[in-house]
Amino acid sequence: MSPIAHSPLAACHLALGARMISFAGWNLPVEYGGLLAEHKATRHAAGLFDISHMGQIHARGKGTLQALESLLANDPAKLKDGEGHYTFLLNHQGGVIDDLFLYRLDPEHFLLVVNASRHDEDLQVLTASGKKGVSFTGAPGSAAGMALQGPKSGSILSGLCHADRDNPAPPARNRIAQYRIAGREAYIAATGYTGENGFEIFTDLSAGPVIWNTIMEAGKSDGLLPCGLGSRDSLRLEAGFPLNGQDLSPEITPMEAGLGFFVDLSRPRSFPGRSVLEQQKKNGPSRICVGLQGQPGQPPPRHDYPVFQGDRKIGVITSGVPSPTLGHGIALALITTPAPACGQDLEFEVRGRRVPVKVCPRRFIPKK
Amino acid sequence: MNTPNDLLYAKTHEWLRLDKDSATVGITDHAQSELSDVVYIELPKPGRKVAAGEVIATVESVKAASDIYSPVSGEVTEANTALHSDPGLVNREPYGQGWLFRLKPDQPKPTGLLSPSDYTATLPH
Repeated sequence: MSPIAHSPLAACHLALGARMISFAGWNLPVEYGGLLAEHKATRHAAGLFDISHMGQIHARGKGTLQALESLLANDPAKLKDGEGHYTFLLNHQGGVIDDLFLYRLDPEHFLLVVNASRHDEDLQVLTASGKKGVSFTGAPGSAAGMALQGPKSGSILSGLCHADRDNPAPPARNRIAQYRIAGREAYIAATGYTGENGFEIFTDLSAGPVIWNTIMEAGKSDGLLPCGLGSRDSLRLEAGFPLNGQDLSPEITPMEAGLGFFVDLSRPRSFPGRSVLEQQKKNGPSRICVGLQGQPGQPPPRHDYPVFQGDRKIGVITSGVPSPTLGHGIALALITTPAPACGQDLEFEVRGRRVPVKVCPRRFIPKK
Repeated sequence: MNTPNDLLYAKTHEWLRLDKDSATVGITDHAQSELSDVVYIELPKPGRKVAAGEVIATVESVKAASDIYSPVSGEVTEANTALHSDPGLVNREPYGQGWLFRLKPDQPKPTGLLSPSDYTATLPH
């Protein structure tokens, strides 16, 4: 194990009274004043999250596009300058090494935003592929990142970047651009992991705290709260977004996770796992991720609880939480196919007792 | 953190209030603060016999489910059913309306529990 890494924003968290925990080798805030308040602030106003643990890997060189085309599951050739999309780095069995966001900054420079827990492995797999004309750089802990999320995030950010003559408005959804904000350089992308409109801001170590404090100050009157990993998890699950290590793993393919939309099989080029995914697309996977909703007053579903249809165990919960927005439990579960349709009754087991749930769409709150 | 002087404490962050042959049990201010927003509580049924250190209840926050251990051996006499409709009482009044259950202890004098100052010394500073 490497030593615990500290965020470049650690001093900001300390000043805000954060409760810190260890996550994927990082010491990060789990909450500041209370998970529920942070969750609600992000749904109704805005929340600011430290995402400095997310890896920022830069791919540069004349061969970058060609290399990424043969490494990633979504087709990077679809991206124009300043655009990004969700994609996967897969193993040869089609299992997910990492799910990531890929941005095309220019024809010879792409940015990969990857999970902290997979950063080292991603870099190793990308480098070991031996692709010509491309270099991959970006060590864990070498950059700062934060996510400004929620319905007020656009107006808060507009107020801060309108002084930038080259780029006076925040980016449109799934787009990325370079900005000058709080007097410092940063890439700002209109993406997120909460189900709300929002932005992810990537910058260098020294600019991180400056930008964080400037946004906190600017958002105060709008009800902006600093938010920890606790609300990040409940927010992402309400939006139906997978968490790598729970809903995705080297044993789970994007087809099984119900994320085939982000795999491009229409292009000629091969990439790791392609033949397995083609088989699964043709014949259907042997298990599939479904949404489950509980009832108020029942124990919440959690990761690893078994799922039953009558007496038969048909799957396992990969992520579960008592939904702060809905007031009942919600979960993602990996279920043997043919999976029961939406509205069907299932049960999960906790502490020796069965709890009723219904199959439902994987997105638990309306799309923004 | 609030640690009332008239209670006994377990290392696992439960408190015990003795009143003649009845004992009331809850979780400490430190415990409720660590758990944060409690959303669901599973309580023991009256009549259940429990040994000291045995899992007797579960308190769930948004983040996680946490086991609650009985500080003493005895027989459960009452559960705080008000927590079913308002589990947040555990956060708001951990030593008052947020109590979890009552039991009749097997021993008149509980052993192995901590004084308020000894419990406070176990908490992170």
